[in-house]
Amino acid sequence: MTEQPVTQKVKFYQTGTHTVGNRLMTEDERSVQASMDRSNAITSGHRACQGCGEALGARYALDAAMRASEGKIVAVNATGCLEVFTTPYPETSWQIPWLHSLFGNAPAVATGVAAAYRVKGKDARVVAQGGDGGTTDIGFGCLSGMWERNDDVLYICYDNEAYMNTGVQRSSATPPTAHTATTPAVGDAPGNIFGTGKFLPLIAMAHNIPYVATASVADLHDLETKVIKAMGISGSRYIHIMVPCPLGWGSASDATIKVARLAAESGLFPLFEAEAGEITSSNKIRRQVPVTEYLKLQKRFAHLFKKGPGGGEDTERIERIQRMADTNIRRFSLIADDAAAETSQ
Amino acid sequence: MSKTLPFAITLDPGTSLTNETGSWRTNRPVYLDRLPPCNNACPAGENIQQWLFHAEEGNYFTAWQKLMEDNPMPGVMGRVCYHPCESACNRAELDEAVGIHAVERFLGRKAWEEKWVPEYDAEPSGKSVLVVGAGPSGLSAAYHLTRLGHSVTIREAGPMAGGMMRFGIPKYRLPRDVLDYEIQRIVDMGIDLQLDYKVDDIEMAFSAEGFDAVFVAVGAHLAKRTEIPAHAAGKILDAVSMLRDMEEGSEAPQLGRRVIVYGGGNTAMDVARTAKRLGVDEAMIVYRRSRKEMPAHDFEATEAEEEGVMIHWLRTIKQIDETTFTVEKMVINEEGRPEPTGEFETIEADTLILALGQDVDTEFLDNVPDVKVASDGVVEVDSRMMTGREGVFAGGDMVPAERTVTVAIGHGKKAARNIDAWLRGEQFAETEKHELAGPDVLNAWYYDDAPQTKQSQLELVRRQSGFEEVIKGLTEDNAFYEARRCLSCGNCFECDNCYGICPDNAISKLGPGKRFAFKYDYCKGCGMCATECPCGAIKMVPEEI
Repeated sequence: MTEQPVTQKVKFYQTGTHTVGNRLMTEDERSVQASMDRSNAITSGHRACQGCGEALGARYALDAAMRASEGKIVAVNATGCLEVFTTPYPETSWQIPWLHSLFGNAPAVATGVAAAYRVKGKDARVVAQGGDGGTTDIGFGCLSGMWERNDDVLYICYDNEAYMNTGVQRSSATPPTAHTATTPAVGDAPGNIFGTGKFLPLIAMAHNIPYVATASVADLHDLETKVIKAMGISGSRYIHIMVPCPLGWGSASDATIKVARLAAESGLFPLFEAEAGEITSSNKIRRQVPVTEYLKLQKRFAHLFKKGPGGGEDTERIERIQRMADTNIRRFSLIADDAAAETSQ
Repeated sequence: MSKTLPFAITLDPGTSLTNETGSWRTNRPVYLDRLPPCNNACPAGENIQQWLFHAEEGNYFTAWQKLMEDNPMPGVMGRVCYHPCESACNRAELDEAVGIHAVERFLGRKAWEEKWVPEYDAEPSGKSVLVVGAGPSGLSAAYHLTRLGHSVTIREAGPMAGGMMRFGIPKYRLPRDVLDYEIQRIVDMGIDLQLDYKVDDIEMAFSAEGFDAVFVAVGAHLAKRTEIPAHAAGKILDAVSMLRDMEEGSEAPQLGRRVIVYGGGNTAMDVARTAKRLGVDEAMIVYRRSRKEMPAHDFEATEAEEEGVMIHWLRTIKQIDETTFTVEKMVINEEGRPEPTGEFETIEADTLILALGQDVDTEFLDNVPDVKVASDGVVEVDSRMMTGREGVFAGGDMVPAERTVTVAIGHGKKAARNIDAWLRGEQFAETEKHELAGPDVLNAWYYDDAPQTKQSQLELVRRQSGFEEVIKGLTEDNAFYEARRCLSCGNCFECDNCYGICPDNAISKLGPGKRFAFKYDYCKGCGMCATECPCGAIKMVPEEI
């Protein structure tokens, strides 16, 4: 019965880095967002919906970029929610130099801004940003060109999986079965269909650009680390941030972080980084959940769980979504010590 | 801005701060402090979460001072308290409760090593109070009264202070040097402790000696007896006298080879374990109900069994014939009461020790007017701890309550505050209790996984042969870690989550120790701050429209 004394010489900080700040950690271990003098790139008074993930993700990313570049950045914006809700003429929420041109040309404009600064011999970094529509569909040609030329721009995509600004139409980032205005929940296979769409981070990697990463508003420390790392690299860099949209997804306004967290914890949205076309690290799932926990919080997937005449839960398509998550877990090694993940890369 | 605007532009860009989005809001977030379940459960009214907060930062001195505001004996408390705080701890829902008692004990030791003394600031009131009895309740009352500026005299009938902490709790659970040190620290605050002084006349204390108030806390020392037919009885002792003899007597009591302890409370466990340590071959407990119904705490029964104490559950002693004890088997009926079965068996033993509970000796109160003694022998007190006699207060085991050291210490504090108010001609107003922070208010995602640090135990052989302390203390590293396991249920611990995750930048951070404030001009009421607050310190309330 003699019990050995437990020697617990671990660094333990109550909440660790799961919370935004932590009074038990040193200042430099805390996030940019925890700082009283963060730049608040997007200030109050913007017109984003209650609980907007994109407003949050953009402030997270640009405040980190501001710190990394000591305030010397120019942001170029594609058309989209982020542009509209921050800058309805004559007001703006941006507290950084900011430029908007067209829906599809943000990467090209950013390339031009970077070139202009280089010619003038001025020291400034350029960040371009857009939603999934402006990035994966409309601006994709310009973006691919920017990557192919390895222009010195950090491009950030805030992915909320549809054209939210114009009334929730499907984009090439909309997941299967999701209800949108153009993929209504009617018919035999309601919502968006399987087998379409694209996952842009992998396409970015195919351009062999120096740095590609995915991030989520649910993991602030990880997001900031990736932005700051990207800001320290020259050449084309791409960060793809998941930002839930309470309006388009039909989730509660207070559930934005939770939804994003469950997307990562279920494996549906893998968090990883890649350098020069190769995956170098991935975030491990902390508490794995089935995809249903993620789907059930969102009205755009409600039809999957509707019980009614002639139907029950759409188990077949829910299982297909689960298989997408399982594939991600294998492909991006999202579970620590998973032997299967090692072999099936 | 520029003097000449570009073509077709008529207005300079202005800030969106002119757009007060607070008007969108239907629900308003508010910061609140909820009552942590540990604090709620503490019979001594400790602000546990608050002292853990300081300990988390390594500010042990501040933590200890905070603890001392409510409890003058952390070293004792960290050992003998049955820690209802830990039974209530929300962390048990995640992994295991925070080892509060172990951190408290660590703070007690740290204070001893560093020779810390309690800091307080009180104007002398010019009033004097007599405390009768130097048990935990009396010592606690004397301590708190001193902190409040009154001069205190303690009169104790016995030769040593400590009461049941000394005469009821064996050394292997509470080493006497710890007890002596913490008592002395209280006395050193300027209390007049008079030992071997039995108070017989309370009225005289008022009239002849000029005390302004009296607090009586004489405990419960009279062992309960039971009638057992005995043809020729062997040696029969009672638990309280035996444990007292262990402290006062020059020789250990002679118990023979085999001992039966009759009863199922903590005292029964203590006595059986003490007998084992005195070298008896067999220490047995006979108890009329089963383990589920026993008043003893489960860990005490477990520790007793580990040390080789044999517990006979569901047995009553029916007859004694020298060394032969006839016991009847019992069953628990539907109402949860023990019922005889008519089946008998015999057990051989040399000594019987009765551990059937204690009564209060209230004789000395007989001539105090208006003091009411209830039918079960305890003294009735009102919500101020005052007896029927104006100015005479009572607490501890002699009033109706659970009989533990922690409850007694809580009584002492409560009585002191009420005595203070009464002496000043005021009514002590208890602060209103905040709403309880249950596990449902937490967002457990945010806390790091961390199992409880286990305190190591003395080797079993040494536990069976001597009175060395069984449970070891935590090292500083472990105590630090354990403190940081606190979830801070219901009270902001400045994790910056609300400040960080507000999509509208509608929260101001006010700086270390000053928490946060909402900018209601811009808050849209999305509720994310409340949902993502780890500890439940924000709640959404409907806006008045």
